[in-house]
Amino acid sequence: MTTTDAADFLDALTRRLGPDRVLTGAAPMAAYESDALTAFRARPRAVVLVDSAEEVVDVVRLCAGANVPFLARGSGTSLSGGSLPVHDGVVIAMNRLNRILEVDPVRRTAVVEPGVVNLAVSDAAEPYGLYYSPDPSSQSVCTIGGNLAFNSGGAHCLKYGMTSNHVLGLEVVLPDGEVIEIGGDSLEGVGPDLVGLFVGSEGLFGIATKITLRLLPKPETYFTLLAAYDSLAAAGEAVAAVVASGLLPGAMEIMDNLAIEAAEAAVGAGYPLDAEGLLIVELEGEEQQVAAESELLLEVVRKSKPYLEHIASDPDDRMRIWKGRKSAFSAVGRLSPDYIVQDGVVPRSRLGEALTKIQHLGEEHGIRVANVFHAGDGNLHPLILFDGRVEGELERAEELAGEILRLCIDLGGSITGEHGVGMEKRQYLGEMFGEADLDAMRRIRMAIDPGELANRGKMFPDAEAPALLSHAPHPLEAAGVISRE
Amino acid sequence: MKGAPSRPGSAAEVAEAVRGAELVLPRGGGTKPALWSVEGADVLDLSTLSGITEYLPSEYTVTALAGTPLAEVEARLAAEGQYLPFDPLLVAAGSTVGGAVAAGANGPGRLRYGGLRDFLLAVTFIDGRGEIVRGGARVVKNAAGFDLPKLMVGSLGRLGVLTECTFKVFPHPESCATLRVAGMALDEAIEAAGRVGAGAVEIECLDLVHGLAGWDLEIRIGGRSFALDARLKRAADLLDTDVATLSGDADVTHWRTRREFGWASPDTSVLKLPLTPATAGALEQVLADLDASQVARVYSAGIQQAFVAWPAERVADLPALDHALTQSKLTALALRAPAGAGNQPVLGYRTGGELLRRVEQALDPAGRFGRRA
Repeated sequence: MTTTDAADFLDALTRRLGPDRVLTGAAPMAAYESDALTAFRARPRAVVLVDSAEEVVDVVRLCAGANVPFLARGSGTSLSGGSLPVHDGVVIAMNRLNRILEVDPVRRTAVVEPGVVNLAVSDAAEPYGLYYSPDPSSQSVCTIGGNLAFNSGGAHCLKYGMTSNHVLGLEVVLPDGEVIEIGGDSLEGVGPDLVGLFVGSEGLFGIATKITLRLLPKPETYFTLLAAYDSLAAAGEAVAAVVASGLLPGAMEIMDNLAIEAAEAAVGAGYPLDAEGLLIVELEGEEQQVAAESELLLEVVRKSKPYLEHIASDPDDRMRIWKGRKSAFSAVGRLSPDYIVQDGVVPRSRLGEALTKIQHLGEEHGIRVANVFHAGDGNLHPLILFDGRVEGELERAEELAGEILRLCIDLGGSITGEHGVGMEKRQYLGEMFGEADLDAMRRIRMAIDPGELANRGKMFPDAEAPALLSHAPHPLEAAGVISRE
Repeated sequence: MKGAPSRPGSAAEVAEAVRGAELVLPRGGGTKPALWSVEGADVLDLSTLSGITEYLPSEYTVTALAGTPLAEVEARLAAEGQYLPFDPLLVAAGSTVGGAVAAGANGPGRLRYGGLRDFLLAVTFIDGRGEIVRGGARVVKNAAGFDLPKLMVGSLGRLGVLTECTFKVFPHPESCATLRVAGMALDEAIEAAGRVGAGAVEIECLDLVHGLAGWDLEIRIGGRSFALDARLKRAADLLDTDVATLSGDADVTHWRTRREFGWASPDTSVLKLPLTPATAGALEQVLADLDASQVARVYSAGIQQAFVAWPAERVADLPALDHALTQSKLTALALRAPAGAGNQPVLGYRTGGELLRRVEQALDPAGRFGRRA
């Protein structure tokens, strides 16, 4: 693009949105140069603050006309660098598109704009006894649009699934500015599941501007059990026993000693500091059913011989237990100046093997690793602790992170359970999938977006990468507003 | 249909067959003829591409070749106390893994935890260029790459020929029983369904069945045996009317018959329509306008889908139904239709055309699997 063309393009954006909503220059755009994967930074050409779906369409059409790459950004909490700007591209900031357009208690759906914060959906549904199920740890700030792009998960995915399982219908702006409608407001559909394809496509297929979400009736009651073990393996065996018993808990989480220490220091959840493995199991649902299930659960867990058990006594106690778990990632910041949150999946029965190997890998690299994981679905979150000021530590930490991902692939799992591939894991996608598989994905991408304008450079291994800069907590994370999961 | 169907025994042979064809559609158990009996298309008979390739009860995953009968999968799971929560259709009739995924249709039990889209973890398929493509992963949680498994749900054989599928499975409820209220008006039944459904009671199935005396509301509850009676009573109290209870074998047989379309006479075409409690009235109006208010039908899975048995003697009225559904923004898929009843399994309103066109272009550039109208 020539200088004149570039100036014309910015003029066109400004004419459409007004000067106040087109940010250019280093200072106004600084906050948009990175997301929660702070290792990467890139400077966009402009950041535009859109107020309506029509503005999104117009901005996308202007970008398509001028061949300028673009991406939508919500709160920038992506841990895989998914909302990292494309160098010289346009960042479309979606936060003002934050209206909840409708909550329908009969259909049990909510129609929302993409900039709505995850937790706000449950808040709006609350008066009807409903809630929105996916609960990423950053749910108090992350947006539905971002959740959708990366198929976000959370601690409660085993029973009711991830974001994808809760999106029914979409209005989408394709990368050339064409607007389409897919799905609907029924749980059922006819024809290829295009909503399913769009969710988790990491912004590569365009931008969702209106989203119909499925709401669930709030569980009548919870039974939350904390069990402490003197080895991680024992906690892992307890999970296997729960699965074998035929119970289907809403969540099963494990934390190791280092993670317990960090969480305790941060929020004082009442976790036993001397535990090597801490298991949280939660049953949810109808009172009589949960009462019957909890008896079986206690029987099964007691057979696994925890040295301490604690049943949440009331909703506050339950919240305290979860607060410790959900703060574990940011709390690790207390133990180490820098850290990387990894996200991989292994078959549940190979969790013990994976953890032992991760421990060995950490020792080999001279790097501490804390472990927090969604044990119920085999989703590991190793926290790799390092000091970026020490020469070579960042590189060693990155190397270790990569070896952990390869381990997940070797054990028959996945390189990401809920954070997405984004910028961070592109080089591993080609290790998880074969060439023909990647080629099919590439062909779909190119058919939908031949100019590769939408979130260019993400997901695919061969895409061009921006320079690696520094590691530091995201400003929101440092302020304790968001946490990593 | 041209000649005898070819019967590949491996993904590589399927790929070869696709590469050699001009127009080809896969067939599994043959239970849904409208999806494969297309004029001029070669039929790939996948019934020999059969067998469970991996079942890991402790992982909640099962992998099977596309031609594997669902009955075989269900029997294997049942031996470990597990099941396919999407509740596949036409299982006894011989429906296969690949056919179920390609049709994207679920039974009444999909209400509790979700449909095929929510339980399909990984696929292998042959695309229109004859390439073997894998998508997803054989673990219960995965967010790597595009979600090709979901794309294949409901793809009707038009985006690729499935050769292997991995599903998430769940532990089966210890026991189930069904409450039934007979002869309600539709509004009354929908209101009662909402009252029970919106409450705390967790429901496996909720169907409204049209009969001569009005609508029967059927609510299935499952879980720990110890708590079942108390929960049934609670749901019955919410219904606040005369309730019959089905339990044990009677309950099991009842729902088995439902998903085999035992309620529809064998010569009818069974259509599936996505629905909500709010759009059931629109479908009723369409049927009334076509003088078809007496056709057998079930509003299933919490009124999220309708199954309508369209009479054989009214096949000539299908274009009128197509038109009326389009006007009402309703869509139908012919699940069980007699072979040769028409080349178009999808009727009514469609969305996403432009996105679908691009996806088809990517996966099947030569149009070997045909093009939708």
